[in-house]
Amino acid sequence: MIALALPAQDSGTFTPPGIDEMHLPAILPWGAHEGFSKQMLLVILSVVIIATFFILAARKQQLVPGKLQFAGEMAYGFVRNSIAKDIIGGRDFIKYVPLLFSLFFFILVNNIYGAIPYIQLPSFSHVGGAYVLAAIVYVTWIGIGLKKNGIKYFKLATVPSGVPWYILPIVVPIEIISNFLVRPVTHSLRLFATMLAGHLIVMLAGSGIEFLVMQENVLLKGASVLVLVGAVAMYMLEALIMALQAYVFTLLTAIYIEGALHADSH
Amino acid sequence: MEGSINGSLNLIGYGLSAIGGGIGVGLVFAAYINGVARQPEAQRVLQPIAFLGLALTEALAILGLVFAFVLR
Repeated sequence: MIALALPAQDSGTFTPPGIDEMHLPAILPWGAHEGFSKQMLLVILSVVIIATFFILAARKQQLVPGKLQFAGEMAYGFVRNSIAKDIIGGRDFIKYVPLLFSLFFFILVNNIYGAIPYIQLPSFSHVGGAYVLAAIVYVTWIGIGLKKNGIKYFKLATVPSGVPWYILPIVVPIEIISNFLVRPVTHSLRLFATMLAGHLIVMLAGSGIEFLVMQENVLLKGASVLVLVGAVAMYMLEALIMALQAYVFTLLTAIYIEGALHADSH
Repeated sequence: MEGSINGSLNLIGYGLSAIGGGIGVGLVFAAYINGVARQPEAQRVLQPIAFLGLALTEALAILGLVFAFVLR
């Protein structure tokens, strides 16, 4: 690899893409302080896509489902059974399925944008959307905990049972920080950071290929094929991570809700 | 043979901070795979626990990535 990199020193400089590439020029001049960006358009488009798909899938319900109805039922069944039922469990999980379902498909579609040619921009490469989603979840699980356990919930959530009293002064601040401060921050940043990093890697590979092809040295031109193979592999990995992050975000939402519901038994 | 490297030292710091997260995530999933291999029917129980462990260990690496970009 070093042998391939050395000739590059005297043939122009390679400037890797940076974080600024996420800020594409605004499509429309109005909106928030930077105008109406591509991400905002994609978020609106995602709502249209999801609504259209599930309305079409649920329109003609038959006992023997057609292809579209089957796909819709599979998608719903996945969130209902393998996230909501398995984690929250009991009889009251069905109340939270709509929230988990909307979160999962909203994030999934917005992430998959990053793998579709010509769109190629996950909406959560701007952190704002991720903050709002995590804030909704944060308010929800604290609200559930307060409704279920009353004001005692804060004691249940921060004072673990079975801990000797002399360790409590250390444990309680850690629990407060990790449950009420770090939890929403990492919940949102996990989604944002993986989308940003994944998009950067794919962009870096793309611009690296472009740079190598433009070189005069034939060996360097040939090396672009290696980068292309690596880029396709990274692209596939990114597509996997996009789906996985939607799952992880929803799963964590379910875990937080479960923790708030059954705070007295933890 | 005179080269110069431009860039931010922050990213080296992020690389170092990712070591801990990497080891932690590896340990979590090693235990998860071990558990499932020994008792395949426990997979449904272990999966959320494994992902919760992943989420908790990953937190520092995520904060590192963000700070690598934020702090200049």
